[in-house]
Amino acid sequence: MSVQWEPVIGLEIHVQLDTRTKMFCSCALSFGEPPNTRCCPVCLGLPGALPVVNAKAIEYGLMIGMALESDLAERSIFHRKNYFYPDNPKAYQISQYDEPLCRGGRLGDVRIHRVHLEEDAAKLVHVGESGRIHGSDASIVDFNRCGTPLVEIVTEPDVRSGEEAREWLQLLRETLRQLGVSDVDMSQGSLRCDANISIRPRGETGFGTKTELKNMNSFAFIERGIKAEVARQIEIVDGGREVVQETLHFDPRTERITSLRSKEEAHDYRYFPEPDLVPIRIPADMLESARAAIPELPAARAARYEAAGVSAGNARDLAFRPELAVRFDDALPVADSAQATAALFLNQPEVAAEAEPRAVAEVSNLVGRRELTPANARRVLEILAERGGDPAEVVAREGLGAMQDGDALEAIVEAALAANGDAADRIRAGNMKAIGPIIGHVMRETKGRADGGEVTRLVRAKLGL
Amino acid sequence: MIDRDQVLHVARLARLELSEEEVERMSGELTGILRHIEKIGELDLEGVPPTSHVVEVATALRPDEPRPSWPREELLDAAPAVRDDGFEVPSPQA
Amino acid sequence: MSDEILALTAAQAGERIRAGELRSSEVFEAYRERAAADELNAFLWVAEDTPAAAGEDAPLAGVPLAVKDLFCTEGVPSQAGSRILEGYRPPYTATVVRRLRDAGAPLLGKTNQDEFAMGSSNENSAYGPVRNPWDRTRVPGGSSGGSAAAVAAGMAPWAIGTDTGGSIRQPAALSGIVGMKPTYGAVSRYGMIAFASSLDQAGPLTRDVTDCALLFRHMVGQDPCDSTSLAFPEEVRLPTAERLDGIRLGVPEELTGEGIEPGVLENFHATLDRARELGATTHPMRLPHAPHGLSAYYIIAPAEASANLARYDGVRYGLRSDEYDDLLSMYTRTRHDGFGPEVRRRIMLGTYALSSGYYDAYYGRAQQVRTKIADDFRAAFREVDFVVTPTSPGVAFELGAKTDDPWAMYLNDYCTVPVPLAGLPAISIPSGLSEGLPVGFQVIGPAFSENRIMDAAYALEQVIGFDGSAARA
Ligand SMILES: [Mg+2]
Ligand SMILES: [Zn+2]
Repeated sequence: MSVQWEPVIGLEIHVQLDTRTKMFCSCALSFGEPPNTRCCPVCLGLPGALPVVNAKAIEYGLMIGMALESDLAERSIFHRKNYFYPDNPKAYQISQYDEPLCRGGRLGDVRIHRVHLEEDAAKLVHVGESGRIHGSDASIVDFNRCGTPLVEIVTEPDVRSGEEAREWLQLLRETLRQLGVSDVDMSQGSLRCDANISIRPRGETGFGTKTELKNMNSFAFIERGIKAEVARQIEIVDGGREVVQETLHFDPRTERITSLRSKEEAHDYRYFPEPDLVPIRIPADMLESARAAIPELPAARAARYEAAGVSAGNARDLAFRPELAVRFDDALPVADSAQATAALFLNQPEVAAEAEPRAVAEVSNLVGRRELTPANARRVLEILAERGGDPAEVVAREGLGAMQDGDALEAIVEAALAANGDAADRIRAGNMKAIGPIIGHVMRETKGRADGGEVTRLVRAKLGL
Repeated sequence: MIDRDQVLHVARLARLELSEEEVERMSGELTGILRHIEKIGELDLEGVPPTSHVVEVATALRPDEPRPSWPREELLDAAPAVRDDGFEVPSPQA
Repeated sequence: MSDEILALTAAQAGERIRAGELRSSEVFEAYRERAAADELNAFLWVAEDTPAAAGEDAPLAGVPLAVKDLFCTEGVPSQAGSRILEGYRPPYTATVVRRLRDAGAPLLGKTNQDEFAMGSSNENSAYGPVRNPWDRTRVPGGSSGGSAAAVAAGMAPWAIGTDTGGSIRQPAALSGIVGMKPTYGAVSRYGMIAFASSLDQAGPLTRDVTDCALLFRHMVGQDPCDSTSLAFPEEVRLPTAERLDGIRLGVPEELTGEGIEPGVLENFHATLDRARELGATTHPMRLPHAPHGLSAYYIIAPAEASANLARYDGVRYGLRSDEYDDLLSMYTRTRHDGFGPEVRRRIMLGTYALSSGYYDAYYGRAQQVRTKIADDFRAAFREVDFVVTPTSPGVAFELGAKTDDPWAMYLNDYCTVPVPLAGLPAISIPSGLSEGLPVGFQVIGPAFSENRIMDAAYALEQVIGFDGSAARA
């Protein structure tokens, strides 16, 4: 029998910051303006031009570092990363190397390795053959995007599957969205993800040769891309061959993995400290305002709800919908069951969002005390949403309270059985599905005030089942 | 000593074409210069911090306030090859 | 009339203009004519027409300024002496040029230089060498050779250049004028086409120390466009000192002996005598790491240059070779055809020094040496007020004399190179002749001590009484 392989996956995420201006010049960020209309001597790398750091980008970088529980460096410096490419006007990218803005940290079960700031590249439009990569003779460079502030987040290799990767990235994306530092739109490229993937025999702690899966621009592609690459690697090693370190591209249409190695030679980026910029020492007031600007984030919120008794799934669902979560927070103190109240919010978000939060909790409490049936809870909520008021009073006024009088119900059930003889027969014959019309009848009679479970019990009893 | 292959490797990194005799001359000249430079190899620099900025300037940050970008025509004006309002280059993948 | 104008220093011309005895347009025209008739190849571009009474009441009174080619000047060729920027007219103007223009110094012309400021003889210009007005078979020094020759020959009242390893002080010395390299950060680098960003500084090249102070006063200042620039801590004063009583001059063993031509050394010691006559005391001292300055410099400067010059790729501006068949050959051919041999050599040297496996041995160590050199100066200035040396080991040499031996050429910077490595200010003043050619005397001070440096230089200037008129004839 063959070895059990364990995937070892690290993620590298580039996030475009939602500042007003670029990283090192005062050009406004571009959102689909005509080509080369958001440029200046600095972001075009003209002779003699010099970069100046955007304070907001530093502040956003700090907020991300704080949200990821990273260590914030008192002193960090920029480096030049040297390589020639038409989308790289200075032929070096100003990035960070051995003194990044943030080190370490974690989000959920994934440890963070580092967080650093850099500048985005220009857009290359490949003209000729349908703008597709291959077979085009010339390209056109549009520098509008060039210099957009980027935060690069590098995780430790703690991810074990494509699915985990997708789930974690969704958490990261929601976290960044709630921080308000980026519009995190993958289709627009404001959130981009690469994955470093290797496999090792389960139980081992070493690392296999890793490959880099580049630029997957949707959560689904990331999950499928990683799945496909893991499968490819397992097939290779099971076939007695060896994985080669390379950069790969996942084609979501064909599910095919292809090598990008084609023309680029082995990189030698010749990093060295950017002499045009001085070391960044974080001003105390910036640190303060960054801290103050951080809301409760999804991971913390979900943990808090779980501790309060909400299921893991529902806790995450609420944490990912801050506008609903804040109302749930108001309801929580008076809720007998956090789980039941959470369910009520999630099942009828739009109604629950209209009603007074404590009233929503009260409704779920009435259901819990069997004073209100789930069926009528909907009605009550709708009324509360429209006109407000006290749930108990609404229930009393509208006569929606659950029936407490067992004899009365028994009579109604008998009447229902009599009125639906054929259904009763089919139930006797063992077809429990036929109970539908009977329950329907009872509910009509009781205006939904009867307890469905109780009705079923009575039906069975009456039919001697 | 920096030999022919090293010269070619470095020239590739620097995107510099060199003719055959330029490669030979470069190898000789760089070797000569490095022979002098390598004297710093003899210094004891144990624990000496590197200097990349001579003057300690307080962190210089720019407020996040947009200023008008430059007229495209003015910027494209200096370009060797222009097409569709952009800078034309041979395709990297060609 | 014209000769009378040309005999004036910039400060004197300014006074005459302000007194209404001269019109700034007359001064501009007198210099424009001479610059247009340039026989030294000092100018690469000269203003066509005279600005109408440019800023006569401004501080610099409309006295025209020659500007090194590598300063970006809007709509005016700014080629850094390189073929790769042939005909390039920037869309903006360098901060320091703008400041001087606003202070009343209109642009007279752009001066020749070694390509991207890489050289000590101005023989590395893509537009031909500059000749030394003292002897046209000789070099004016470099890289600011055009600015130095223009001022020395009376084709410009004053000029600005840049100094990375000695590119202002050495040509000033070889051409018999005053040149000052300011404290790193004192003058904005915005719009200065970069050679080595952590070393480059703009500074004045002038006929005398007073002009130097006057021009420098309007160059300094923090610039929001240059993160490495600093506010000058005090007002720049015009020098007035007549004595050097109590001033302690350090004479570093390492830079005042071996490797210095006898004639230059003789002049240096004569100048020390002048200084003592003015009341200064001289003190033998050591700068133990100064001899390693050249090694550190020729790693750090080329390394930074290899990145600074990578942007010349034929995509957005400048030259693009016309024979290429793909992106790679477009890059490599454009950069081969556009750069001269010395620039290619330094790009190669710098790329090699940064490449993987060599960084620590070269760039890393060079930065440590830089620390030691700065420490040496820091220690020295606890004992003395200034460190003084000959500016250049030799006088102006024959064209072509050193072009085949890079290191022999680099040795020209032996005395000047430790200064920018430590970010310090230093001035070179003409201190006499050797073999009929000018010799420079270098005064180095602590950061932001320019006022004191110029005072000391001024006092010496008065007793030396150097006569540069021969070069202007
Ligand atoms: Mg990156
Ligand atoms: Zn810009």
